[in-house]
Amino acid sequence: MKSRSNLEWVLSQGRFALTGELGPPQSASADVIRKKAEHYKGCVDAVNITDNQTAIVRMSSIASAAILVGLGLDPIMQMTCRDRNRIAMQSDILGAYALGVNNILCLTGDHQSFGNHPTSKNVYDLDSVQLIHMVRTMRDEKRFLSGDELKAEPRMFIGAAENPFADPFEYRVVRLAKKVAAGADFIQTQAVFDVARFSRWMGMVRDRGLHERVRILAGVIPVKSARALEYMKNEVPGMSVPDELIRRMEKADDPKEEGVRIAVETIEQLREAPGVAGIHLMPMMWEAIAPVVAERAGLLPRPAPPAAQEAWHASEGPSTGA
Amino acid sequence: MIVAERKSLDEILAMLQGCSRVLVAGCGTCVTVCMAGGEKEVGVLASLLRLAARRDGRTVEVGEATVERQCEWEFVDRLAPVIGGYDAVLSMGCGAGVQTIAQRFGGARVLPAVNTKFIGIPEKQGMWVEMCLGCGDCILDRTGGICPVARCSKSLLNGPCGGSQGGKCEVSQDITCAWQLIYDRLAALGRLDLLEKEFAPKDWSKNRDGGPRRVTREAIML
Repeated sequence: MKSRSNLEWVLSQGRFALTGELGPPQSASADVIRKKAEHYKGCVDAVNITDNQTAIVRMSSIASAAILVGLGLDPIMQMTCRDRNRIAMQSDILGAYALGVNNILCLTGDHQSFGNHPTSKNVYDLDSVQLIHMVRTMRDEKRFLSGDELKAEPRMFIGAAENPFADPFEYRVVRLAKKVAAGADFIQTQAVFDVARFSRWMGMVRDRGLHERVRILAGVIPVKSARALEYMKNEVPGMSVPDELIRRMEKADDPKEEGVRIAVETIEQLREAPGVAGIHLMPMMWEAIAPVVAERAGLLPRPAPPAAQEAWHASEGPSTGA
Repeated sequence: MIVAERKSLDEILAMLQGCSRVLVAGCGTCVTVCMAGGEKEVGVLASLLRLAARRDGRTVEVGEATVERQCEWEFVDRLAPVIGGYDAVLSMGCGAGVQTIAQRFGGARVLPAVNTKFIGIPEKQGMWVEMCLGCGDCILDRTGGICPVARCSKSLLNGPCGGSQGGKCEVSQDITCAWQLIYDRLAALGRLDLLEKEFAPKDWSKNRDGGPRRVTREAIML
């Protein structure tokens, strides 16, 4: 094991993994995090904490992740390259690990023009591939990016994102290979509505043998309405939403129920694809639906870490582990 | 070339408050080519300043002078005989031009009439586009002659990000994804292998690093 991550443990057991996503509040309220986290207890193996997603200021992913550690959940701290240079990023990675965070998801980050501070200056000192490489260097070679020695290394389970629906399509798998070579242990994909295109992409992933070198979790968003689907199709960059899905939601008597059904069917289809190691649920501020989808997709109960693992957690707690 | 764009008349008038003798100084190089601050634009701005003064019931004396290059001493020197008679010099040169005049004529109040935008080219008549950021460490040999530092919204070296769709950038449909261009060009050149290898983090010390950057070539020093 490279880390004390529960997600890594689940994947190492060959179990089909399930992660969820939690968006921190646009406030200083820890209670909002605690309330949302309740939905994920016993329902997922790890919980992504977004990092100022869509460039809207929210509670930091580090602080939110630390709150989850306190609740006994395994957070995946998302980190974008938009807001911090290499000095701040390394510093935050050390701090997050010291607070008990064992997973990091390395992202480029949405452009600041989408958010509520469009006149800000972006950073992008590193890009996501370089960030992955930096975390791997810190963990495995015990060195900073500068080459300086790092005495207590942050033993992070390293994640990256990939979007099979972005262009150039043939290049997406090459970029995935770059992320794997840089040190990604797991991948969480953009939300899959277009299963056909995802399957074509997975075929290219298998052709390169990448599914054996990295664990791929396919993204799924349970939607509440046809309008939400249309919004994603038209307004969210890098999304592919088939028209027949929108029509299906439009015709539904109970759109929320239909949204859950679509999510469950999508999970079942994705599970069939060789090389898909798990699902990443992104309920988009509808965290309460996560346990429902997990239950109906037959993904509960989640594997419990063995006693030995738990004992190790207890004895090598975050404060002494680093 | 350096591409610039004239500031609004209101902003220029606000800067000139209290000035009754103004020298509008043009530059005959980049800003002439991009039609922002050459002799012709100097004439237009000078006329606008006189009209505004008449409208507001003020008297103002506006002089006009365009030199070959505002960023070279020998050309800026030619302003010496006239500059003393003015309250302010309104430079229509780029930021380098404004500062060269200010440095050469210690007592002069030198004001910028244009916003210096970027190093670029005319994409078509009346439209200029950025091509180079002057980052100090050119990588165009590895990117098919297309610069991601200047032309990708996030300056990614291992792009494109997940927001590239249909050849467009996630920021706007008006922005071409630089990494799509790089991909297409390297594909045409049979050099997609260049995109398989990770680009290491950029050495930004060659861009912004402790004050203004200098180029020194001793062989040609006097």
